[in-house]
Amino acid sequence: MSARRPTLVFSLMAFGYAFLYVPIVSLIVYSFNESRLVTVWAGFSTKWYASLMHNDQLLGAAWVSLRIAVMNATLATILGTLAGTALVRFGRFRGRQALALMVGAPLVMPDVILGLASLLLFVAMEQLVGWPAGRGMTTITIAHVTFSMAYVAVIVQSRLVRLDPSLEEAALDLGARPWKVFFVITIPLIAPALAAGWLLAFTLSLDDLVIASFTSGPGASTLPMVVYSSVRLGVSPEINALASILVGLVTIGIVIAGVVMQRRAARAM
Amino acid sequence: MPSPFSSKGVTRLGQALRRRLRLGQGAVAGIPLLWLTLFFGLPFLIIARISLSEVVIGLPPYSDLLSWAEEGALQLRLNFANYMLLWQDSLYFDAFTNSLRIAATATLACLLIGYPMALGITRARENLRIPLLMLVILPFWTSFLIRIYAWIGILKGNGLINNFLLWLGVIDEPLALLHTDFAVYLGIVYAYLPFMVLPLYATLSRMDASLLEAAADLGCRPVCAFWRVTVPLSMPGIVAGSLLVFVPAVGEFVIPDLLGGPDSLMIGKVLWTEFFNNRDWPVAASVAVALLALLVVPVLLFERSREKEQDA
Repeated sequence: MSARRPTLVFSLMAFGYAFLYVPIVSLIVYSFNESRLVTVWAGFSTKWYASLMHNDQLLGAAWVSLRIAVMNATLATILGTLAGTALVRFGRFRGRQALALMVGAPLVMPDVILGLASLLLFVAMEQLVGWPAGRGMTTITIAHVTFSMAYVAVIVQSRLVRLDPSLEEAALDLGARPWKVFFVITIPLIAPALAAGWLLAFTLSLDDLVIASFTSGPGASTLPMVVYSSVRLGVSPEINALASILVGLVTIGIVIAGVVMQRRAARAM
Repeated sequence: MPSPFSSKGVTRLGQALRRRLRLGQGAVAGIPLLWLTLFFGLPFLIIARISLSEVVIGLPPYSDLLSWAEEGALQLRLNFANYMLLWQDSLYFDAFTNSLRIAATATLACLLIGYPMALGITRARENLRIPLLMLVILPFWTSFLIRIYAWIGILKGNGLINNFLLWLGVIDEPLALLHTDFAVYLGIVYAYLPFMVLPLYATLSRMDASLLEAAADLGCRPVCAFWRVTVPLSMPGIVAGSLLVFVPAVGEFVIPDLLGGPDSLMIGKVLWTEFFNNRDWPVAASVAVALLALLVVPVLLFERSREKEQDA
């Protein structure tokens, strides 16, 4: 292969990465800015982090978001694993087409539609059966589970497809019951996919503004909802500080995951 | 390699579970199916129903389709006025065409930026591939809202770009970058780029490198091999990536709301305004139905490409 084209490819790739990271880096740099005007540099300061720690509205919303995200991730992982298992392992069954469609569609469905659809369902259900009474964390969690279980199902599916079934068969041959095989053999084998799915569902929920806005009620403002209303009023260094903390946490998580994956790949070779 | 599956991917555990579950009501498939039918399928029927009702003042702010007429007969009142409104008022029509145009252009831009990235990652040294992939995924894990917010600081009147250009002396007064269509394009490309790169990488990394060698042996130059071997083989990735960007981008709300101006009207924002500001739930529902009708074909295409991927 000629030496020219890889250079072209790599410089285009570098451009892509620069595009991805310039905004994030600028966000972090200006979170340490003394001035309230986010883009005028006036010296180094960590005062926005301090004032963030005293912003009860943001902290309260972060706590609401965190609880919803954990509930959502756990439920979505259970339901997504069941859906993924059924789609990969059961061959043809009645309802397979419907399940496959409803697992795939939320991946691309615009948020505004999912949000409006969920809200109208909750309102109709409240009228008919009296549940859910009002809207709040429960309704946000249900709406989040509905779309994030699809992501878990896709991850679990791709893991199950590559799984060698001979271990499960050996256990079956040795007389283990199918349920036991599923929990003792299959679940540990797909554990990395479950962890990835849980984390993805957690992040999706923590990140969602649109669906939460539709399905939320009074007293249940999530972090993105509070951030959104403050961003609409203009840029604020506190939001920069918050963003930097989030980026920091995610980076640590990703680096750990990356190191673990590298190690495992190295051990496999 | 012999397939580890007995037939069509059905393993013995799968069969055993199913046999057992026929007694246990098929819980594994049944529970998620029930959940999705109730919380994902059913709401679409409700949207369709509410889009045919009239807006009323009250809670909930829409009229019942079924009502008892005076003689005790059940009356069904369908109101197509909301759809007429969508068709006649140029605001909605323009918002739809605008959304399609913006989403299509942004998808193309994502492809142009994302393809070299995916290709570069597959051609990079082995030990660099996972870190490079991680770098693509990392922004996706940080808050979407905050990444869009970052662009406000960069694009606004006294933002980074304008300050830099003023300092260089290229311009005398700040350019209007924020609240333009350009900012919306930029925001969509930026936010959805990882969704393009990852499926592209998935197909490109599976490609057999010896095909390129064969092409070279047969006298095909690298550029020609790229167009005649690499691109056709990566078609599934191109299709999947483009749909993953295009479909959600059509209904995008946050990006046009925060970065766009009064002219860059997109349908997701119209739906939001109808619902939250005008409290007109029936019109919001009919906008959603129209948007769904528009997206049915791409969504089904996406489904099919996913099914193919599963079988591959």
